[in-house]
Amino acid sequence: MANQIGYYSLILGLALSFILSAVSIKDFYNNNQGINQKVLSLSFLQFFFVIISFLSLILSFVNSDFSNETVFNNSHTTKPLFYKISGTWGNHEGSLLLWLLVLTLFIFLFLIKSNEQPKKYRILTLLFQQVIIIGFFLFLLKTSNPFNYLFPIPKEGLGLNPILQDPALAIHPPILYLGYVGSSIIFSASLSAVTQNYVSKEWAQHIKKWILISWIFLTLGIMLGSIWAYYELGWGGFWFWDPVENVSLMPWLTLTALLHCVLVLERRVALTSWIIILSIATFILSMCGTFLVRSGILNSVHTFANDPERGIFILIFLFVLIFLSLGIFFLFHKENNKNLDKIFWLSKEASILINNWFLMYFLSVVLIGTTYPIFLDVISAQKISVGPPFYHKLIVPFLIPFLVFMSLGPKLNWIKSKVENKFSLIIFFIISIFLSFFILRKLTPGVLFNTVLISPAFYLFFITAKDLFIKKFKNLPQSIAHFSFSMLLLSILFNSILSLEIITNIKVGEKYNFDKGQIFFQKLEKNKNSNYNSVIGHFKINNNKGKIIYLKPELRIYNQPVTITSEADIKTTLLADTFLVMNLVKGKEYFNIRYQVKPFMIWIWISVLLLSLGGLMSLLKKKYEK
Amino acid sequence: MKNKIFLFIIILFFIFCFIIFYKGLNNSNIYIPKLNNKKDLPIFIARDFYLETEVNSEKIFLDNNFYILNIWASWCVPCRKEHPILMELSRNKSIKLIGLNYRDNLNNAKKFIDELGNPYSQILIDEEGTLAVEFGAYGVPETFIIDKNKKIIKKFIGPLNQKLLKEIKLFLK
Repeated sequence: MANQIGYYSLILGLALSFILSAVSIKDFYNNNQGINQKVLSLSFLQFFFVIISFLSLILSFVNSDFSNETVFNNSHTTKPLFYKISGTWGNHEGSLLLWLLVLTLFIFLFLIKSNEQPKKYRILTLLFQQVIIIGFFLFLLKTSNPFNYLFPIPKEGLGLNPILQDPALAIHPPILYLGYVGSSIIFSASLSAVTQNYVSKEWAQHIKKWILISWIFLTLGIMLGSIWAYYELGWGGFWFWDPVENVSLMPWLTLTALLHCVLVLERRVALTSWIIILSIATFILSMCGTFLVRSGILNSVHTFANDPERGIFILIFLFVLIFLSLGIFFLFHKENNKNLDKIFWLSKEASILINNWFLMYFLSVVLIGTTYPIFLDVISAQKISVGPPFYHKLIVPFLIPFLVFMSLGPKLNWIKSKVENKFSLIIFFIISIFLSFFILRKLTPGVLFNTVLISPAFYLFFITAKDLFIKKFKNLPQSIAHFSFSMLLLSILFNSILSLEIITNIKVGEKYNFDKGQIFFQKLEKNKNSNYNSVIGHFKINNNKGKIIYLKPELRIYNQPVTITSEADIKTTLLADTFLVMNLVKGKEYFNIRYQVKPFMIWIWISVLLLSLGGLMSLLKKKYEK
Repeated sequence: MKNKIFLFIIILFFIFCFIIFYKGLNNSNIYIPKLNNKKDLPIFIARDFYLETEVNSEKIFLDNNFYILNIWASWCVPCRKEHPILMELSRNKSIKLIGLNYRDNLNNAKKFIDELGNPYSQILIDEEGTLAVEFGAYGVPETFIIDKNKKIIKKFIGPLNQKLLKEIKLFLK
């Protein structure tokens, strides 16, 4: 029953897209003030039908209705209720339905929140958004219908992949999608603003909110994914330059650049083409991410199913959007070059432009690293994989000037400025260099390079900290965001420089000595749970300083589908995480263990949270900085 | 004028990207992991597909032969595509093809074999998918080459195609 309701709601939703487009085109040529009320109601109705469809899919999951193919493929009766529900979007079909839900929700919110904007601009945004919505409806119905009927009805489902059964992952997709889909509003709005020649200060103030919303969710979504990788995958890190991580980072980079550019546009009409290009690029990169992930063109932990038909559909859709936006951009956009020439080299605008160049450089590194293997494979049939060293070597050196500009940029004034307080800026710089040198001399052999790298991070840290605490909250959101970004970089850098890793094979009762302590494998405990059996190892770790830590990593043997996962045990303190994961060595009594000490791990999460908080405060701030 | 040239170049660039991605999609996404140290064949007991009796793995891989173990299922679309290649392989007398029927409905599986032919000298049932895990399989289809010393010397993830068929034949020589 839920199956049919869900399916027909989708059909109705699609039909509404066409009706809505027709009604709004008619309204477009109408000279009335404000949008016809019908358009709003229809838009809400569309959202309503998609939500009905989504709820009925959730219902099928909760009831373990295996006559639904999606449920059969991704659920199992013994799964806890929480994971039955999160299983709804833990698969290709369900997650696309979620996309659609957010798409329709956002355009509805856009319509009711944009009352002061020109009518034609709002209607055109709605129309562009409907193009995207129709595309996703067709994609869902044609290639990945979540309501396929199975007969005879199977007694049991195939189960959800155990690595997806994790609280962080349960909320990771919805949050990330809010970010991705938020960028679709920016895309439609900027295309519509170009056609209406409405790229102006008023537009900047209005679109900035959507950019911030999208940016906050994207930041949080990326962080949740990374938390999941750290705790659940047990790879002992938080970022692996996996293609799918990269495709979420790319829109984040363009969105961050856009966020800063819009601040310029808010004050003077400049950088207009660049802003439009960034708005288009952000959404295109999000779509490109969907394509790379869903088509199975790349091998990754996120590849749900390798179905070429789906890949071709998204590919064509993606390029339709690209050519549509290109066409509109070249047909309608009137470059306003005069203003660009007037950007004085020592001004906030100039520093934002420099920040943009760096972000674009980082973007191109990530983009090339992610797509180059595909190009090479097609052109020369060579298979290569681009790993972390590529990214580190190309990105890390450029972080140094980036951080220095980031410290100095916010000090400058709009339009034209002189550097004030030169003295304190220089003093802070010298302090940072000395501080990093003395810290590093004690801790690591590679002093020279690390000092050069960490000093600017400290520099940014001090300068923003000074702003945050002394300057009486002149521009609090920006200070918080920049401060937490410096914290993030410092924690990442110290984390990578100071982490300790030991990999060894060990059996019960054995001790392993290393230069900073000892690992003792005390005993093994077996447990039975409803949907998995587990083996828990009890480890005692002695630190040279006399500190004792007990860690209990776990091996889980899930029954449906049969999969063995290892759950790392992680003890978190403010200074460092200790991380232990064990794996079975086939046919022997030995276990392979990986023991890691990761300094400042928790600060990485805290600083990303603070970073989004900065965004949130900027969103809620009423008055704009003059 | 300048703008038009620019637009033209951009369009060409995106068309180029489209072609590459399109071709990349059609490229089979087969990934051949390097097996650094040859893996020992797991020892297991499985049910025979036709006789429904239990067989010990040591009795299956008995002869002094090369074996190819292929994991398949009737519900798996790529398996259907690679089946003709397995049929072609089965004509080679120096190798024995063992099928591992992965989490399948027995009737559907039998229909699949009746329809497309049986390339396997023996088929084993892996109803719960545990054997595939023992072999370290990522999914279906997957193909393993086992040498005379009962070691897994190569594994192919994803469906076989003509190119890989040639590679396998070369390998067996």
